[in-house]
Amino acid sequence: MSDAAADLVIIGSGPAGMAAACEARAVGLSVVLLDEQASLGGQIYRNIESAPPDRLDVMGQDYAAGQSLALAFRNSGVRYLGGAVVWNVASDGTVDYVANGRAEKVVGKYVLVASGAMERPFPIKGWTLPGVMGAGAGQILLKGSGALPSGPVVLAGCGPLLYLLAWQYLRAGVAIQAVVDTTALSAYLRAARHLAGALRGWQDLAKGIKLLAALRRHGVPVFSGARELSIEGEKQIEGFSFTRRGKRVRIPVALLLLHQGVVPNTQLSWSIGAEHRWSPDQLCWQPVTDTWGRLAEMPIYVAGDSRAIVGAQASAVQGRLAALAIGERLGAVTDIARRAAPLQRELRLRTHIRPFLDALYRPNDENRIPQKDSVLVCRCEEVTAGQIRRYVDLGCKGPNQAKAFGRSGMGPCQGRFCGLTVTELIAQARGVEPCDVGYYRIRSPIKPIMLGDFVQ
Amino acid sequence: MTTEPLFSIPRSLESETVTITFDDEALRVPAGISVAAALLVGGVHDFRSSVVGQVPRAPYCMMGVCFECLVEVDGVPARQSCLVPVQDGMQVRRQIGAAELDDVSFGEEP
Amino acid sequence: MSDQLVTVVGGGLVGAAIAYGAARAGMRVRVLDQGDAAFRASRGNFGLVWVSSKGGNLPRYARWSRDAAKTWPDLHKELLDLTGVDSGLRQPGGFWLGFNDTEVKARADLLEKIDREVGDVPFQMLEPSELRQYLPGIGSAVVGGSFGPLDGHANPLMLLHGLHAGLRHKGADVITGVDVADIRYDANSGRFEAVASDGQSWKSERLVLAAGLGNARLAPQVGLYAPVSSIRGQVLITERLQPFLNYPTNKVRQTGEGTVQIGSTSEDVGLDDGTTTDKIEWLARRAVETFPALARARLVRAWGALRPLTPDGYPIYQASTSCPGAYVATCHSGVTLASAHSFVIGPWMSGLTQSPPGFDVFLSDRFLDPNASYSHDH
Repeated sequence: MSDAAADLVIIGSGPAGMAAACEARAVGLSVVLLDEQASLGGQIYRNIESAPPDRLDVMGQDYAAGQSLALAFRNSGVRYLGGAVVWNVASDGTVDYVANGRAEKVVGKYVLVASGAMERPFPIKGWTLPGVMGAGAGQILLKGSGALPSGPVVLAGCGPLLYLLAWQYLRAGVAIQAVVDTTALSAYLRAARHLAGALRGWQDLAKGIKLLAALRRHGVPVFSGARELSIEGEKQIEGFSFTRRGKRVRIPVALLLLHQGVVPNTQLSWSIGAEHRWSPDQLCWQPVTDTWGRLAEMPIYVAGDSRAIVGAQASAVQGRLAALAIGERLGAVTDIARRAAPLQRELRLRTHIRPFLDALYRPNDENRIPQKDSVLVCRCEEVTAGQIRRYVDLGCKGPNQAKAFGRSGMGPCQGRFCGLTVTELIAQARGVEPCDVGYYRIRSPIKPIMLGDFVQ
Repeated sequence: MTTEPLFSIPRSLESETVTITFDDEALRVPAGISVAAALLVGGVHDFRSSVVGQVPRAPYCMMGVCFECLVEVDGVPARQSCLVPVQDGMQVRRQIGAAELDDVSFGEEP
Repeated sequence: MSDQLVTVVGGGLVGAAIAYGAARAGMRVRVLDQGDAAFRASRGNFGLVWVSSKGGNLPRYARWSRDAAKTWPDLHKELLDLTGVDSGLRQPGGFWLGFNDTEVKARADLLEKIDREVGDVPFQMLEPSELRQYLPGIGSAVVGGSFGPLDGHANPLMLLHGLHAGLRHKGADVITGVDVADIRYDANSGRFEAVASDGQSWKSERLVLAAGLGNARLAPQVGLYAPVSSIRGQVLITERLQPFLNYPTNKVRQTGEGTVQIGSTSEDVGLDDGTTTDKIEWLARRAVETFPALARARLVRAWGALRPLTPDGYPIYQASTSCPGAYVATCHSGVTLASAHSFVIGPWMSGLTQSPPGFDVFLSDRFLDPNASYSHDH
């Protein structure tokens, strides 16, 4: 077990991590960056270094923008460890990880958590069947291997990523069988209240309108305001049903990509013991930090989507600001106000649109909190929504007691895919707010580690 | 057995290929992609049977969060195939239920 | 049903079992339990239903544990029939494993002493070749072991679930999210009032304190003494695995779900129920030494829990003399003793039966003797 030390240890090689590394190196800090993926870029810039020109064209300019950041990162002098699985971050800056089957440690004077976002779970009937994946998975297949659906695909849900993928698939010649949009009319009305001060909203709306037009031009059916989603099939998906304008629609499907937004990946911040707040706007937990991203009384910062969903560009800015704050604490930066000012301006500009997006793309209650008892909530341990509600009847006040009674959250995903659903289910059953219910107690190891990796 | 793949990689992007096996069936797939992508492109629809209910499961997130893409790789069970790059000659097997520890046989029954 | 109401403070393994015992004996029962984030020793219990090596310094405790193991199947069946919850009881016998000759010899001496003093606590010392027949793939670091035919294991969380479901079936009132701060006794009416930190209160004719670490603070309020301190135990648990371990050992056992539980530490760290990487690594290494095949098993979770330990590690079961009707029950073997707590302690602390014979040894008066010294025997 080798011990290494650095001024700053960064976890995550997405935009926040890469930008922070560049900024920290520029002010002379020693930086180590760890990522469990073999290649650089996190999710949003996945495989950016190996993307061929025609894939860049299909993906669009937001993705291509990652190239210059990745290049700058490579040239920054950072010590980059790909394929390093972090399993513990201690409040003193010690980061434990496993690489090449061996347990290692690196100690940072400061640690930056930049582990990004994950797709929000979509617990509806049949969502665990083979042939049902997240839209993010579709994007990862495209970015990571250039793979496209070989047959007709249905995209269902809401959120910018869903429409982006539809647009990318159109450009790549994929047969889109249907786009089933769950955005409720009320969401448009709620979002309209946030248009003031969100000028960018018009451009996003325009993008969305252009996409809808493109879909219609290609003869792709778009079903808006879809409700009561349900997936049927025995060993894999066979059909997809929903209600739209009062009528039940059923379509035969071989590949269904679901999406209703992304949420911060908070496993690390919870395991560190940080305080989290429930965001009623983003319907997720967010670690509580100061404006630079620092967790209270710890040498640990959080930047990017793992702090709150802000998108790639804003994530990069937050990464830079965190690096500057850390640089100042280490005496490497003496003029932080001057350096930070343009970044803070850019951050404000890029986050103005958030309330609008959050309102417009708010996932429907019925798609987050299953009403049917038989819907699986914990995929790993196969615990249903009905079981969780029964534990509440038995007096369970929160997810940890529910976990103790029914094993939800005890599987290998360690609550990543069921945590939000269980919190909201319990809150609804108890008639209280999610912040009154709390979240699973997340502990080390934050990724499953082979026992043999601890043995030398 | 493999059937019609849900995903495919356009010919123009294929450069180097490797051969892996899935439950002893040979699949020729592009080098450098993840085992999960390789299996999807190779026509595999279900990767494993779940531990609790023995129902068929397949990848959902492709980024290492959902733990649905678990398969046995070169004798090591329950590996997240979306995080493992393919290697030539790799032997992949469907993960049936819970992982089994090797070199262990049953002791006397009580 | 009795017209007397008993309030049980604490809904963990000890409180729930005693309350269940009271309810099944016909009492009106109310349980006051903490919320979701409570310390809950129950969650840290390793799950052994263990007789071997118990009571080395206190034969009565060895008998108490042995009798509990013998009546456990009745509790298991009763909860299963009543609530459908399977507490996961398996009693195939259990193993203790030693890694050097000194500790194996000490073990043999201890078990021999207990069997001699108490009687009917059988055991067998085994060589590695014999161990291998029962425990496949045992590592070469193991130099010897003991087998206790009365030993076994259960699922502590399912047991707790079953007891809570049983309580509801028997009409008990379980109130959660309660943090009991004070107990008031009215000598005129003979009634107790449990007061929560948020001001809510509940009155009853009888009271049982089964609040684990909280007993230390509450016991004096009803004329009792319950010195408990917290000793942290860290435990590891793996992913579900195909069955390979048919017997529990004291440090490694495979649960009914197939997960392997690896434990545990004994640390004096105050009220810190966190985990530490050095202990996680230590437990992992010891597990792999015991069963080398576990090198391929994945650790999915580690947790720490605070054991409420008395100075000598033995329980306190005591009736208050200054406040008749109040009792305290403190022990850290909430799984092994669950049946005894349900079938014996519940009715006793409800006033329906006499205290069990020989129970004076469990009075906390033993801790007031300035000449006594203790070591933890567990």
